[in-house]
Amino acid sequence: MLADFNFRVIFEYLPFFLTGLKSTFLISIISIMLALVAGIIACACRISGIKSIKYPAIAYIEIIRSTPLLVQIYFLYFGLPTLGLRIPEIQTGILALMLNSGAYIAEIIRAGINSVDEGQIEAGISSGLNYFQRMRFIILPQAIGVTVPPLLGQAIVLVKDSALLSLISVMELTRCGQTMTSERFMPSEAFLTVAFFYMCIYFCLKALADWSQRKLIFREAY
Amino acid sequence: MMAFYFGKLVEIFPFFLKGLSMTVQVAFISLVTCTFIGFVLGIFRSGKNILIKRLIGVYVAFVRGTPFVVQIFIIFFILPEWGIQLEAFDAALLAMAIMGSAFICEIVAGGIESIPRGQWEAATSSGLSLVQQLRFVIVPQSMKVILPPLVGQYVLLIKDTSVISVIGVMELTRVGWLTVVRIPEGLMVFSLVGALYFVISYPLILLSNYLEKRMAV
Repeated sequence: MLADFNFRVIFEYLPFFLTGLKSTFLISIISIMLALVAGIIACACRISGIKSIKYPAIAYIEIIRSTPLLVQIYFLYFGLPTLGLRIPEIQTGILALMLNSGAYIAEIIRAGINSVDEGQIEAGISSGLNYFQRMRFIILPQAIGVTVPPLLGQAIVLVKDSALLSLISVMELTRCGQTMTSERFMPSEAFLTVAFFYMCIYFCLKALADWSQRKLIFREAY
Repeated sequence: MMAFYFGKLVEIFPFFLKGLSMTVQVAFISLVTCTFIGFVLGIFRSGKNILIKRLIGVYVAFVRGTPFVVQIFIIFFILPEWGIQLEAFDAALLAMAIMGSAFICEIVAGGIESIPRGQWEAATSSGLSLVQQLRFVIVPQSMKVILPPLVGQYVLLIKDTSVISVIGVMELTRVGWLTVVRIPEGLMVFSLVGALYFVISYPLILLSNYLEKRMAV
């Protein structure tokens, strides 16, 4: 089946694939950072008692979670120009990834905050701590540990999701595979190499996620 | 101009409904297949045979480590090189089945492993065969752990059907993509597409939330 698998062509295209890998890397890192900011803001709005910011946050999270990322990407890609905003594809893509992951991260952080036992909050109240002090000294230190492993899981999802940006012609890893297929007509070499690179990123992040799972979950430690 | 395009969009709305029915069809067939294969693989993955466990582990790692688009391209472009010709629709179903089964397998294996060893021992000493143990003791109890993430996974799989538009299956996203060429109102067209996806997946998200509350121990 793979008898005529052509390694020579892969080596010839290796520098090309490495630029693709680099751009996937950069896109993912920038998007996850921005998504973290978006997620923290959305979560803060979601758990606040003020209705005028709580309901928009709920709407944002639920709409993002129940529509496919590809539709969101196309929505921005075809929609922003009709509003008169002409930004490069790569920025559209990062915006879409940020908005998408932001909603999931908001839910992850909310789950982390909810995982803190009710009794501890009551203890905080009776010690005379105000809302921000309770957040700062009781809830967040515990919530962060619980949140890190699923956040790394979300990072894995985001790296894979960034492959969809190839469909709006952002030059990243998957797009490199498509380009090589159209130039040389060698889909097995192209896409198996692409898959290999994604697997490398996946295993690194997976190892990190497993490690953080072992190290940071200390809920039982009292 | 907006009103003109809106009228156009209303005119071709049946086209969107066709896309929606295609999405529902693909989603339904692949969800049923995935659930079945996923349960079988999950039971083997939590079993004792090391070789089978490792093989399933490699398969799951491959599926979880690569993007779904790349998997679709591999199936759609590479299989013909090996002499297997597939229609876009069949290739899409195959890709969905391969991807979904891996995720569901992990959920099922996690659920079965959450059952304490004592339950297995009790079932063995009651004289049940292995299949009976799974059927009457282990799987019914592990459903409590499996069901909430399973429904959540269904939502993800339904959303992933949008990606099969890249190989030309005429489903909802593809319809939106074709429409936006004629009606250059991206916001309007993809809001409509998004709304139709919302109608299918939001009830399932609510169901998943409900199950999570209900099954919490």
